[in-house]
Amino acid sequence: MKLWKTILAAAALTLAAGTSAMAARTDLVIGITLEPPHLDPTAGAAAAIDEVLYANVFEGLTRIGPNGEVLPDLAESWAISDDGKVYTFKLHTGVKFHDGTDFNADDVKFSLDRARAANSVNAQKGLFAAIDKVDVVDPATVKVTLKNPQGSFLHNMGWGDAVIVAPESADTNKEKPVGTGPFKFQSWAKGSSITLVKSDNYWGIPAFLDKAEFRIVTDAAVAVPALLSGDVQAFPFFDPDSVAQIRDDPRFKVAIGSTEGETILAINNKQPPFDKLLVRQAISFALDRKAIIDGASAGLGVPIGSHMSPASKAYVDLTGLYPHNVAKAKDLLKEAGLENGFKATLKLPPPSYARLGGEIIASQLRDVGIDLEIIPVEWAQWLDQVFTKKEYDLTIVSHTEPNDIDIYSRKDYYFNYDNPAFDKIISELNLTSDAAKRMTLLGEAQKVLADDAVVGFLYELPKVGVWDAKLQGLWENAPIQANDLTKVKWTE
Amino acid sequence: MTAYLLKRLTIALVTLVLASMVVFAVLEVIPGDPARLMLGMNASADQVELLRNQMGLNAPLALRYLHWAAGLLSLDFGRSYTYSVPVIDLVRERIIVSLPLALIALVLSTVIAIPVGLFSASRRGRAGDTIAMGAAQFGVAVPNFWFALMLIYLFAVWLRLVPAGGFPGWSAGVWPALKSLLLPAIALALPQAAILARVARSALIEVLHEDYIRTARAKGMPYRAVLWRHALRNAMIPVLTILGLQFAFLLAGTIIIENVFYLPGLGRLVFQAINQRDLIVVEGVVMLLVAAVIAVNLVVDLSYAIVDPRLRSRQ
Repeated sequence: MKLWKTILAAAALTLAAGTSAMAARTDLVIGITLEPPHLDPTAGAAAAIDEVLYANVFEGLTRIGPNGEVLPDLAESWAISDDGKVYTFKLHTGVKFHDGTDFNADDVKFSLDRARAANSVNAQKGLFAAIDKVDVVDPATVKVTLKNPQGSFLHNMGWGDAVIVAPESADTNKEKPVGTGPFKFQSWAKGSSITLVKSDNYWGIPAFLDKAEFRIVTDAAVAVPALLSGDVQAFPFFDPDSVAQIRDDPRFKVAIGSTEGETILAINNKQPPFDKLLVRQAISFALDRKAIIDGASAGLGVPIGSHMSPASKAYVDLTGLYPHNVAKAKDLLKEAGLENGFKATLKLPPPSYARLGGEIIASQLRDVGIDLEIIPVEWAQWLDQVFTKKEYDLTIVSHTEPNDIDIYSRKDYYFNYDNPAFDKIISELNLTSDAAKRMTLLGEAQKVLADDAVVGFLYELPKVGVWDAKLQGLWENAPIQANDLTKVKWTE
Repeated sequence: MTAYLLKRLTIALVTLVLASMVVFAVLEVIPGDPARLMLGMNASADQVELLRNQMGLNAPLALRYLHWAAGLLSLDFGRSYTYSVPVIDLVRERIIVSLPLALIALVLSTVIAIPVGLFSASRRGRAGDTIAMGAAQFGVAVPNFWFALMLIYLFAVWLRLVPAGGFPGWSAGVWPALKSLLLPAIALALPQAAILARVARSALIEVLHEDYIRTARAKGMPYRAVLWRHALRNAMIPVLTILGLQFAFLLAGTIIIENVFYLPGLGRLVFQAINQRDLIVVEGVVMLLVAAVIAVNLVVDLSYAIVDPRLRSRQ
């Protein structure tokens, strides 16, 4: 299967190599693997929504930059009160929504109030939890008062779920998104493609591209011929397994970057025998991360020892805490009274990192006497059985939200982990806005999770992007799952 | 004939009603919650409950069935949970891709299979037959996604005659739209043609042994005329049966080919809807397909009667 793919790709490359270069152009076709269910970033968790619309069509008060930094967006500047509770945002003026209505402080108040309202179905409602009230000072100034200081507030306001929408169009954004960004929505041929065009009256630096089409290409095996034939010119999120086929082709750029996706072997901490620290530690020692990365992610991906992206400033390298050590794992199991091993289940959702990684992990755990039954599940089943009902022993999943270490302190979360010491660190972190202090707390939090071996920390999901070598400005890293096209252009 | 038609129609209607109950009941018991899928892992349980209420998912099962079935009668298939647009609109967008694709594939498959079947049957056991049936065996055995990829590499990547996939929409013009359906139609048609050719061959061989064929030959009718006029017509019943099955398959069973060519067809709509637990879409599309299969079977049944007048009088 693999072999013929490679051979054919190689053959096809040689044959196609003679085709002439295209002239400079202003249109782009981008391949995405999943179709968004709708086009309103404030009403759904699907990453595909942001992949099309974030920064292109919709803008927030702040935005996340290519390397995870918080940048001003619709707010040109802000001031924070000394107690860290009042944020006064100075807004850009002369900004218009794509339907011609004006943007001002009222839209900001409307958007934030809508997202945090009792009947809100914003998928990241937690981002707005700290907001006490939003006041319009004048059309270009808005004052947000928090219930308590929140260190991550400006970052939160940069998420796709916190973009500013207009009261006139908020209810129809699912089908016809209206934002303030450099691109406006043109058409959506369901199942096929979504087309954006340059907005003529954009308030900021105009986009280089006149037209961007997001084409839905579900099958990873077809992404390669789609690139080779020139039908699609960029796959910002490419299947790591197929990258070998295209890596040496000079017509394409292959960018391996970082994501915020901590891939973990999640453990049900209340399910015996996993409630024993010794057993969880034994699992951590039994895991050979290198082999897992090689097998599940084509060797791309950075090992992690706790729940933090190695690309983050707060990252502490804890991968040395549980090196691969079968003898040590067996000793720990013996100490836990399980020298004869035991049986458990491993539920695997559809992504290939889980399905491929699961088989490798099952074989690694078999080496220490843990006999895993692999149960493949659909995403809907996973959310139902594993995530909601917590009917599982072990599972593999990637947590792709940025800065999400606090999930381990959530009550009733599917890890079933409960450690008051950890919760204390997180609640202190939430109230801290001093950068240095936050780093220290985040470091402590990572250490606690590693010490408790809450889950098996595997690796950080890589972002593999492939695009035409003449394209410039696409993100190499994915601090959030987005395809920011504002600086993308064709050279020559 | 009228009695025959009436009986067939009644059976079709009863099947439709039973199918609607089964489809609804089966889909409602599969695990998974569309509201949780939409909100993802960061939403609270309360919020999921709120969305379930907004989507009308918390009403009792029987009530929802009746509501849905009543809607079906007036061709109202409900609104998609995820897309929040009427299901019928989604189906309409897809059927204008799936139906032409299925028809092109069906025509291609028939045009290839019948002559090959005739050729093979009339040369039974000779080299031509062996080669043709060997090719058909290959056609049945080869996985269609692989074959589709080969077509893409040959015609789209190398020769650049057609796009590698995607559908520009009929608004882009009839020719560009047809062009993008060409490779998928070929990929769909060949395995079907292979099956059909084998069925046609064996049906013909059986017929060629009948007495009336010998009689026709004996009275001096040329072989070719016997083959076309007497043998083929009598061999049509199994061929029509298979054609009917194939059409139903081509309409809905093309998910793999639709994925390979990223075509916005019905198969992918259903597949995506299942993944997102957009059950109302699945239910609507499945019901339409059930209706299509029943209609095709009805047409096939009626065409038996046309091909074979004895079936008419027997009713």
